[in-house]
Amino acid sequence: MTWMESFRTSWSAVYSHALRSMLTILGILIGIAAVILTVGLGLGTQLDVSAQISSLGSNLLIVAPGSSTSTTGARGGFGTSATLTIKDAEALTSTVNAPDISGVAPESTTSLSLTANDTNWTTTVTGTTTAWTSVRQRTLARGAFFTQAQADASAAVVVLGSETANELFGTQNVVGQSVVISDKTFQVVGVLATAGSDSSSNLDDVAIVPFSTAATDLVGGTASNAVSTIYLQAASDTQLSAAYQEADALLLNLHSISSTDDADFTISSQDALVSTATAVYQTLTILLTGVAGLSLLVGGIGVMNIMLVSVSERTREIGLRKALGAPPWAIRRQFLIEAAILGLSGGILGAVIGVVAALTLPAVIGSSIVVSPLAVGLSIGVAIAIGIVFGVYPATRAAKLAPIDALRSE
Amino acid sequence: MVEPLTNPLEADAPGPVIELIDAGKTYTSGTIEFEALKGINLAIHEGEYVAIMGPSGSGKSTIMNILGCLDTLTRGQYRLGGTDVEELDEIELASVRNQQIGFVFQGFNLLSSLPAWRNVELPLVYGHVPREERKKRASRALERVGLGDRLDNKPGEMSGGQQQRVAVARALVGEPTMILADEPTGNLDSVSTRDVLSLFDELNNLGRTIVLITHELEVAQRARRIVWVKDGAIVRDEVNAA
Repeated sequence: MTWMESFRTSWSAVYSHALRSMLTILGILIGIAAVILTVGLGLGTQLDVSAQISSLGSNLLIVAPGSSTSTTGARGGFGTSATLTIKDAEALTSTVNAPDISGVAPESTTSLSLTANDTNWTTTVTGTTTAWTSVRQRTLARGAFFTQAQADASAAVVVLGSETANELFGTQNVVGQSVVISDKTFQVVGVLATAGSDSSSNLDDVAIVPFSTAATDLVGGTASNAVSTIYLQAASDTQLSAAYQEADALLLNLHSISSTDDADFTISSQDALVSTATAVYQTLTILLTGVAGLSLLVGGIGVMNIMLVSVSERTREIGLRKALGAPPWAIRRQFLIEAAILGLSGGILGAVIGVVAALTLPAVIGSSIVVSPLAVGLSIGVAIAIGIVFGVYPATRAAKLAPIDALRSE
Repeated sequence: MVEPLTNPLEADAPGPVIELIDAGKTYTSGTIEFEALKGINLAIHEGEYVAIMGPSGSGKSTIMNILGCLDTLTRGQYRLGGTDVEELDEIELASVRNQQIGFVFQGFNLLSSLPAWRNVELPLVYGHVPREERKKRASRALERVGLGDRLDNKPGEMSGGQQQRVAVARALVGEPTMILADEPTGNLDSVSTRDVLSLFDELNNLGRTIVLITHELEVAQRARRIVWVKDGAIVRDEVNAA
């Protein structure tokens, strides 16, 4: 009996029980499609997050108050006093002490209500310096960023994000208009170009004011000098680690802290953020893929189930074939191929549906799904393997049937 | 007169194609032992038409299973075409069944999803005969049983007599040493019975060895030799005068 003959026989068995075969194939199909989608979703999210972190700016170091070290965990600043202040930011701009740092943008953020005419809109108001646009790599769609002169004078000027402008005025053509923030009237000098959103905030829904203005008019009190983040830009890629050392040494010195372990600030790089986020999403992907893999296992059990049914209802046929001269291996092969056909069909259909879903779903759920050819190929292989593995027991059972008993069965 | 190089006796009278020597079969079920065959001796030569005749429980089904290599002896010897079958493994037995035995069953045992010719070609499939030749030989076998026009009919579209003739064609197609028929007329009406039995007559006239197992005397009497079995032993072995 040739392979071709075995295949023909197996195929006609699958074909003659079309409904049953389809349901079995469905079990595998769902498993394979689920695996392809979860792996794709995991990879897609990973890429999204990396892209978002990169969009923060290039060669960026991020200094945040509080510490998180592996031995002590997260540690906040002492009492209520802020651990990062505008003084730290100013010190970091020194070309003597920090020659590898080319840009410093401190940010103090507060959530405040903005009023234009009769419209209210609550957004994140950020106080910063003129270096902000270059460090955060943002451009303006209209008007201009506030100038150093305006910053020095603590002028009441504001740069709005595109969405903020839309919400307040219904248009982005708002340069020269007035916005009231905390009872003070600000003049809109510019509107930022669209940048999308990062993992934590909407980059287009912001209001940027000079740091000095924020400190005097919007925050006040002891917290007025505090900054929530200092963004540092290294002069180049290769100077990133030097910039890190300089910032670390400078801040430790300023804060009179002798050991890095006691630092009340944290400096992280984009790379670190990317790898942290990647690790998180990888874990998540593995977990979800495991769940999807379980459904594949269930599909495999379905194959085994249906193969056992197929063997027991064809006991007479097996007996006859053996009486006519079929050796045990031919019977085993016939049923193994039958199981493999079920697995392969489920694998191919599952891959097709998984890929189609991966191409159409992002439009609906708004997160990208990456279809990796390796995952597709691998899952089809796994589907065949599942068919064969779960087919071995039923096929062996068929092969071992004594022809005389098999012939007598009704 | 010149001495012949070979013994003329050997050439003219070869040994039997089927030979049971002191063949015994004991079934064990738990502690109960049942001796189905009590050491029988039987020799069948090429071209013979033998009916094995006996009531149910006489052991004739056991003889059929042994002769068909579907079951093995617990003692004695079974030689088929000169080979001691007891020494063969499962794969070799499959090959013996394929090459030497053509089965005809009481219940036809055709595969209902396959057309007649695909049923008939089955033994050739396992005998590694190429596809084109299989179809040719299957058609020829079906023509020989008078079903040359029903090649593509499925068993469900044929009468019982026709189905049994398909089964006979399947038994013929591999040119086996013997055709082994187990109650071939048990499921047939009298017309179809006559039909199938005349087919056996024709095949025997063409030189085929036929072993027919039955409990019906009228059927047995179509054979040239009747072996009477009772309680696991041969009680009479006679040339059929009728």
